[in-house]
Parts: sequence; C-alpha cells; structure tokens
Amino acid sequence: MPNTMHTEDWQSHISRIEQLARAQGLKYHPVEFEVVPESFMTEIAIYGLPVRMPHWSFGVRYIYQLIQHRMGLSRLFEVVFPGNPGRAYLAKSNSAAENVLVTAHVLGHADFSANNMLFRRSQDQVGEHIVEQAAAHARQIAMAIEEHGLERVELVLDAALSLEQHIDIDQGLRRPRYPEMIAERGPPVNDEFAKRFASLGPDTARPVHSGPAKKAPIPPHPESDLLWFIAQYAPEMEPWERDIFLAVREESFYFYPVFACQIMNEGWASYWHARLLREADFLPAAAYVDAIKCHSDVVRPTATGDNVALQTNPYHLGFSIWEKIVEAQGLEAARRIMAEDDDFSFVRNHLTHDLATELKLFRFKGPATGTLTVQDMDLPSLHEALLHPKYGFGAPRVSAARVHVDGKLELHHDHVTDGRGLDPERARKVLEYVAKVWRRPVSMATVDNDQRSVEISVSPGLTPSFSR
Amino acid sequence: MSDNATGSDSGNRSPGEAGWYDLFSRGARDWLRHNDKVRDAVRQHLPQIVAGADVLTGGASTVRVPVKMLEHYRFRLRNSNEQQGVGQGQAKPGDRIGRPQQDSENQRGQGGNEDGGVQYTLEFRIDDIVDWLWEEMKLPNLEAKAGRAKEDDWTREGWDRRGARSRLDRRRSMKESIKRRGVQSASGAESPSFTDDDLRYRQLAKREQPAMQAVVILLLDVSGSMGERERQISKTFFFWAIQGLRRQYRHLELVFVAHTSEAWEFEEDEFFKVTGTGGTVASAGLKKVRQVIEERYSPSQYNIYLFYASDGENFPSDQPQAQAALEEVSGDCNYCGFLEVAPLAGAAPDSEIGRLFVDLSRDDDSVGAYRVSGTDDIWNAVRHFFTHASQGS
Repeated sequence: MPNTMHTEDWQSHISRIEQLARAQGLKYHPVEFEVVPESFMTEIAIYGLPVRMPHWSFGVRYIYQLIQHRMGLSRLFEVVFPGNPGRAYLAKSNSAAENVLVTAHVLGHADFSANNMLFRRSQDQVGEHIVEQAAAHARQIAMAIEEHGLERVELVLDAALSLEQHIDIDQGLRRPRYPEMIAERGPPVNDEFAKRFASLGPDTARPVHSGPAKKAPIPPHPESDLLWFIAQYAPEMEPWERDIFLAVREESFYFYPVFACQIMNEGWASYWHARLLREADFLPAAAYVDAIKCHSDVVRPTATGDNVALQTNPYHLGFSIWEKIVEAQGLEAARRIMAEDDDFSFVRNHLTHDLATELKLFRFKGPATGTLTVQDMDLPSLHEALLHPKYGFGAPRVSAARVHVDGKLELHHDHVTDGRGLDPERARKVLEYVAKVWRRPVSMATVDNDQRSVEISVSPGLTPSFSR
Repeated sequence: MSDNATGSDSGNRSPGEAGWYDLFSRGARDWLRHNDKVRDAVRQHLPQIVAGADVLTGGASTVRVPVKMLEHYRFRLRNSNEQQGVGQGQAKPGDRIGRPQQDSENQRGQGGNEDGGVQYTLEFRIDDIVDWLWEEMKLPNLEAKAGRAKEDDWTREGWDRRGARSRLDRRRSMKESIKRRGVQSASGAESPSFTDDDLRYRQLAKREQPAMQAVVILLLDVSGSMGERERQISKTFFFWAIQGLRRQYRHLELVFVAHTSEAWEFEEDEFFKVTGTGGTVASAGLKKVRQVIEERYSPSQYNIYLFYASDGENFPSDQPQAQAALEEVSGDCNYCGFLEVAPLAGAAPDSEIGRLFVDLSRDDDSVGAYRVSGTDDIWNAVRHFFTHASQGS
C-alpha cells in the first residue's frame, strides 16, 4: 500500500491531536491505536468484539457482511472499545488523512465512554477490560467444547445467544438470588384509615413484610433478565452451562450502553472530530481537505437535495443535535448532557421542533407493503418513532412468569406494550433452544393476529438429560 | 495484544507486523460450521435431493444443492400490517412515498436479525453422499464372488536370506541381529553389529486373488414407449446403482446397450439421447449383452452386473427367446436387476419382462426386479437390489 509512509505522518500527529483534545477539555483513559487488516475489521463488526466466542450464527452474519462489503455498501474506518486503556482498531485501508480524522473521532468516543453514566456504570460492573474478558470467555468456551463436545456446547450457545438481548439492565450484573422465604402479611387492621385506604382502589404496592414467613414463588415477580433467571433457576443445568449463560450475559451488559447511546455517542465523536480538525493547524492543506471530505461523507444526511429517504443517519442526527446544544448552551452544558443522558432522554430533550424541521425529518406511516404517507410534524410522535426500535434492547418484552412444581417454565410476552404478538414460528424455535437447557417443558403466552391469547409450548422431548 | 502495553509505542508497528491478524479467520470458521449444520440438515433429505443428479461418469464428482442459510432464531414481533418510522428529506405532510425495493435489505442490519432468505449452493462430494446413504439405508457392501473371478497377482509372502536390496526388511534384519548378538555376548565373544546372515529379504509369490475388476452393463429400452420421464428415472437409478458398486470395486467399467427390436452399444454421452422407433424385443437387448460379455468380459476375470431398465412391454412372441437369453446372461452375472419403469405405482413388476425376471428370481438369488413409478421410488429400488444382491452372493 502506498500510504505506508503517510501512516508515519499520522502517527506523529496522534500526540498533537491528543494535546488539542485535552486542551478542549476531553477527559479520557489512554487509548491504544492499532492498524488492522480489513478482514479483521469486518470480523470486529460482526462479532462486536475483537475476540469472541464461536457460534455458527456469526458465520451467517460474516457472509452477509462480505456480500455487502463487496457491493461497497459499507466501509468501516474504526472501532473503539471503551476501557482503561481504550482500544481503537483502525482499518489498514484508511488513508493517512482519513486516519487523522479517525483519531479525533476515536478520542471523542473515548471521552464519551469515560464520562457517560451508562458507560461508566457498565464498566463498573463488567470491568474496564472487555476485550480481554471476551477473549477469556472465548477460551472458556473453547475448553468446554474440548471437554463436552461441540454439539453440546452449541446447544447452550444457541439458547444463550438467542436470549442475548433479554437482560434487565436496571438490576445490575451481579445480583443475588431471590429470597427463599417472604413474610406473610398480617391481617388487615380495621380502622378508619384502612377504610379510606381501601377506597383508593386495589393495592398494587409491594407487600409489607410482617407476620410468618412462607416459601416465595419463583420468580416472585415477572423476571425479564432471562439469561440470569435460567442460569440461576434451571432445574438441571450443569455448572459449565450456567457459566456460558453468564458469559453471554456479561457481554450483553457491555453491549447495552453502546446500543442505547448510539445516536449520542456517534454524534459526540463526530462533533469532536470536526472541531479538533478545525483547530489542527499543523495539518498540510491537502490532508485537511481530504479529512474534511471524509467528515462530510460520514455525517451526510441519508437524503440530499430533493431526495427522500426512509431512514436516518445516526451520525448526522447526533452531530446536528450536539452542534445545536453547544451553540445554544455552551460546551459546559453539553458535557453535562453527555454525562447524564442516553439516547432516549437525549432525543426527547434536545431534538426540538425547529431542529427536526431544519433536518427535514418526517414521520411516515402506511401499510406493510405499498405506499407510505408522510405524517404531520408532531414532535412527541417523531421522538417515539425514532426511539421505538431501541426499547428493551431492541427485543420484544418477554419475561419469566412462573415455574410450575414439575419444573415447567412459563414465559409471558407483554403484547400490550409491544402492540402485537410474537412471531409464532420464531418463538417456537427459541423455546426449543431454551427447553434443551431448561430440560423441562417451556411455554410462552402471547397473542395472535386478532389479539387472541395463544400459548406456544415446547417439551424438551427426547433430548438426553445429559446425566453422567 | 498484551505486548502492546503503552499507548505511545503502539504506533511504531508497521502494518505488516500486524500480519498475525490474518491468522484469525473466525468468521470463516463459523461460516464453515454453519455449512456443516446445513449439510447435516441436507443429509436428512438426501434421497429427494440426489434424485435429480445429472451425471453418470466422468468429470463431475460433486453435485450442487441449493440451500437456504440457517437462521439463528430470536423472539421477534409478528409482521405488522402497518409500518411507521422516521425518514429524512424533502417531504411535506400528506406526501405519498413509494417504497424502494432495497428497503427491506436495509432493515436487516441491526441486532443480528439475519434474514433466512438468501439462497446459495453447497457442493457435495458424490462419494460422501454415497457413504451417507449407505450408512443411512444400512445397505450392505457387495462382496466379490468367491471362487469366481480370479486373477493372478504378486503378493508378499515370507522372508529369505537372499534377495534384491530394495526388498530388504530392516526391522526383521534388526531383530535377527539383536538375537544373534544376545547369544554371542552371552558366550563372551566379540559381536559385530550386522553380519550378512542377519539380513532378511521379503519374498514375493504369485498367487490367485479374487478379481477386483467389475463391469456394469446398463441395458436401456429406448423404444417409443419410453418417454422423457421414464428415461430420467432410469438414468437416475443407473447413476446411484453405479455409485454403489463403485464403493466396492477399484476398476469399474461401464457398458451402455440400448435396444428396441435391435440392440446397439453406445458411448455414455450418446446413450441417453438415443431414441428408437418400433417395438420392444427384449431378447435382442439380452443377446447383445451376452455378446458383449463373450467378446470382452470373461466371467472368470470380471464381476459382471447387469441393470436393465424398461417399461417391460415385450412382444408376446419374443417371450420364450427372451427367457432363454436371460437365463444365459444371468449365469454369467453376479447380479441381474430389472427396473420396471411403470406409469402408475404398483406393488410388484407385472409386465412381460418383469414377470420373466420375477420367475427366474424364485430359483436364482442373483436376479431381481423392482417396479418404480417416480423418482421418489428410486431409493427403494436401489435398496431392494443391493440388499438382494448381497444375500445372493
């Protein structure tokens, strides 16, 4: 590649860009930069981590990515992993000028992940070395494969990875098992207050803990952290199988902030690469022009001129919102918002009517196939339409409702909030995965197209119980 | 990555040194694993898939099977009959937008909801398929008939103190040397490490061995009543019967004979294109087979298999001659199978020729007949002939 020489130029610029960044108030852990081949970038994009557990489903994504890549639909400049130190992987095919921009972009991400609350919480729990931890999980699974055979490990991964999004981010990574016993409530006192209280309607509060204890039902409340619940309460799971579930769960806890802050995070990084670039007077003019061109490619709106696109570019959206915030409220306020918000609050609080109009955002609606109609500008609806795919880690709301005495697991789908039922074929397949590790029948309550309740039920069947 | 301890020196590595990343190919590894799973799934449906195979001999040692990518399932909502979202660009409320084709493509990207819809082709080695099938259908391997086809061949047999240097058996010679030295050192004498007496040479002897040569004679009725469909069935059957025999014999020759009221020998590429007019005279075909055997394939040197595919309608006047010819041919063959290609499914072969084979099979285990009416039956036919033939031998 002819840019080998230029690469050295870029490397000499790294420290100057870092100086600029620190002068501008960016606070981040040290970042290690590494230039890697395209194929490695592709794999990082597919696996989400540089080294991750093997599973055939990644192979399917790999092929899709290769096809897309060959068709020139996507190009990856960099991937950054938060941590201390942070790790940045840069594509070998980046030009030196592009790498200057990419370096600034990476520092923006590093600043974001070191200060944003969701990221900080995740790193407090998961640790600051996710790259190494994921590699350790991969090794742990490789050892399990050696010991128990590929087929058995694959059964566990089929189930765990299909429930990847089903964690409860509010409960924390390491949580205790439910209390075995709960206190029975004493008899209601019959006084004036109790009567007035009763007139308020049904009591939905948590029971007051008093009186004699009784055995607590499992789960005591609908449990949406399915990975945790299965690992903790599956009747016959083996320790190494639980470990795989918990390894997948740990990685999900890492992935969540990346997912839930995508607009903010990409916007923040884009804002800073643009700003740092403007002040990088040490750059040769030609490199500056190349870098600016790269910037405008990245933060380009999906539709330009008279065109219309049915999607938005999160880089462009985030970048525009941050520019507005800094312009109107100053950098100080922007940093506070960066630290405190996630995409939900960020979009709701800062994507204003004026900005939405300026960015030519619109809401569309229509039948599943056929012509779509552009809707009136209604800001709350626009926010919801933007954020809708992000609720619940992007997955339907499913929770564990009950474990029967015979060990049967009852799952429940909150179709009211989701607006419609689960795709029954896919749900059945996932239940088949789950039944193989739960080793008892598993059922799912959801609704059909006419909102009538349906129960999908799967037995582990003749799956061997793997007793040794 | 751990060698890369501080941020400041990480930049000094040239891109070439990052070459070790190329050692990873986890994506490719997982893709291969996916393909293995597809293969396993395909294996369950092999008989249907291979029924369409298109070659008998030569170049192609693989068949290509169209398959879908597997989907790793996740909980997903039902497809809604309504869609909404946020777009961007020059649009006013009330504008109507036609959906671009590639839209569904773009929705796929996030969250790994890989679409199960992409088709691609997997290549299967025919040898593998045959192995699977034989395993799956528990088909026996055919034995070369004992006491029948023999050939002389050199074989290793015994050792001698003299021989060509190339046949020196080092291991054996070493043993002799150790034995001798053991004896000599016990008696206190000086012992050289090797003497000429220690050397042992492998000897060869000429011995008669069961022939591993085989010939398959494929006899096809090409009279007017054998249409395109009948031929396709016959061809597919021939293909898998040959594959089964190939497992057994190192050298397998093929002879293609077509007949109407006359019979001709053909090359393979012409064989399936031949169309004849006129009626079926089975004895003509069987006599031609007999002639080929007499001229080129002595039963003492070859294992001979005959597979005959026809709709089975024979001129009644030809029946006695056909019967005589069949009896002669079956005497020379390890196995004679008749595939009755009937328009309708039915239990036993009941055509004129079919009856000849069935009658003969009562006394002679090395004769069999099976009736097929579609490609789905081919597997049963192969199974029938192979279990039958192995009991007969």
